[in-house]
Amino acid sequence: MNRIQQKLQENKKLLSIYFTAGYPSLNDTESIIQDLEKSGVDMIEIGLPFSDPLADGPTIQASSTQALKNGMSTEVLFKQIKDIRKTVSIPLIIMGYFNPMLQYGVEAFCKKCQEIGIDGLIIPDLPVDVYHDEYKSIFETYGLINVFLITPQTSVERINFIDSISNGFIYMVSSASVTGSQSGFGEEQTGYFKRIAEMNLKNPQIIGFGISDNKTFTQATQYAKGAIIGSAFIKYVSNNGIKTISEFTKNIKE
Amino acid sequence: MNYNVNEKGYYGEFGGAYIPEMLYPNVEELRQNYLKIMAEPSFKEEFNQLLKDYVGRPSPLYFAKRLSKKYNTKIYLKREDLNHTGAHKINNTIGQILMAKRLGKTRIIAETGAGQHGVATATVCALMGLECIVYMGEIDIARQAPNVARMKMLGATVVPALSGSRTLKDATNEAIRDWINNPVDTHYIIGSAIGPHPYPDMVTRFQSVISEEIKWQLKEHEGREKPDYVVACIGGGSNAAGTYYHFLHEVDVKIIAVEAAGLGIDSGESAATSVLGKEGIIHGCKTLLMQTKDGQITEPYSISAGLDYPGVGPMHAHLAKTGRAEFMSITDDDAMKAGLELCKLEGIIPAIESSHALAIFDYKKFKSDDIIVVSLSGRGDKDLNTYINYFKL
Repeated sequence: MNRIQQKLQENKKLLSIYFTAGYPSLNDTESIIQDLEKSGVDMIEIGLPFSDPLADGPTIQASSTQALKNGMSTEVLFKQIKDIRKTVSIPLIIMGYFNPMLQYGVEAFCKKCQEIGIDGLIIPDLPVDVYHDEYKSIFETYGLINVFLITPQTSVERINFIDSISNGFIYMVSSASVTGSQSGFGEEQTGYFKRIAEMNLKNPQIIGFGISDNKTFTQATQYAKGAIIGSAFIKYVSNNGIKTISEFTKNIKE
Repeated sequence: MNYNVNEKGYYGEFGGAYIPEMLYPNVEELRQNYLKIMAEPSFKEEFNQLLKDYVGRPSPLYFAKRLSKKYNTKIYLKREDLNHTGAHKINNTIGQILMAKRLGKTRIIAETGAGQHGVATATVCALMGLECIVYMGEIDIARQAPNVARMKMLGATVVPALSGSRTLKDATNEAIRDWINNPVDTHYIIGSAIGPHPYPDMVTRFQSVISEEIKWQLKEHEGREKPDYVVACIGGGSNAAGTYYHFLHEVDVKIIAVEAAGLGIDSGESAATSVLGKEGIIHGCKTLLMQTKDGQITEPYSISAGLDYPGVGPMHAHLAKTGRAEFMSITDDDAMKAGLELCKLEGIIPAIESSHALAIFDYKKFKSDDIIVVSLSGRGDKDLNTYINYFKL
């Protein structure tokens, strides 16, 4: 069983943290991952920076631009984390846009992920149907779980399709927005959380976009298996550096 | 060989819709409706009426006598420069604003590089009384002040794109982000034959009025509908797509696509995507684009703001790959020279984009009885500063 699937079976609400690899400094990747695990985070999304991150708001854009300036690349990231499984045991997911993977070679990319011990991928601009028709078997060959997004606008029919080809969790985008643009959840969002929870999907849901503190984490995990924090964490390391990461996670979980 | 889009949204291996799930409902709504709406008699009637009365179509097909004499061949200019707002861009924005209205959208967003598409979008929004937000790179805002002023006068809000390289590709990213944040009431008017399916096809169809007119106009001039060559400059490729459209499957009509070589193909300062680009994903479609080995999209260069886009529309990528179109690249210097030549020989000041297409005659020899139609995609007023600085006028 894949580490993600194991983790999802634990009887607790999961906290997943996204960070941009190569930010704030090029070589922070390994220690950020290790410190996040030590601080009690359940799952990590390692952001592979892209020059044109369409689905991301200003915070992650800026961190991506800086990471690329620092010298981050697919090759460098793989080198930095090649021994990560010697020290880290929680699920690790790479989140990135499709073009850098396409240039690396989708199969070569997946193979490398398996060698390193990456458990899954999130690729916002690889559409479900293209994945299904062209890449699904490659991902499966290398034991990788591909995670798909749904939004408040996703139709029931499409949610069911996404559920049927997923084998980990569904990434529930909290609202129609790019990353980092929400503050707190209103009735519209909790209504949507409820609606999805009541669909009794095969895959558990983890909510992302707009989770920034204990309040939004608690709100989201009332309806879902877990929640993902990205922009708020990037902001935290921008302001405080990477030495006090445990402070950040402590405040989320309280 | 099919050069049109297939039912899955591809031109050969290029095209598709590589979009985040957040955009899926918007793009899907458009995909399901665009052909239906375009086929409605009331749509066609309104579109054609506006093209005639508002844009000033048909644009003339002009036999450039002195230019022809100089190069000892027969050169016709398709005068898109005489359209309202000064370029072909308005053909598409008229079409898309009518599409947006029929889809019940009340808010319009657009990206712009030099500002031509932004002005064309602001214009049709004023015409229809719709809210208009134009994203423009911070650097472009600084270097294209007159177009920024035009958009403002037309009632549009111009929002600076502050991310990445702060030019056209980043303005496009910002417009896409806006659409993600406003999925219900907003229509995104993409300005070129790029983006996720159905945009390349929809934009091409709106621009195809260019080749439709060329056919009957050439018949009037020459007694035949088909030229020997159609020539157009290519950035994203909307004027080219429109110029080629009705000739794509006429194999005896040769197609020439002219890219901007900037300071030279090997100079590192170029926008010749067919030569320097590699297959990849940009702004929602699979096509040829300029990128690093690692798959990061790079910033192109051309003296012409309308041609410095790092990708090329998927239809054109397919035309390049299959060899249906001959791709040529023209440097800044050659384009500027050709622009000035058209001024002196024909009394027409062309946009620098269009000057690239005019510059091929020094590099490619034609027979004296060849008929060559060149798309004069825009007028040069907007480029006056560049001309002044370049020629020290």
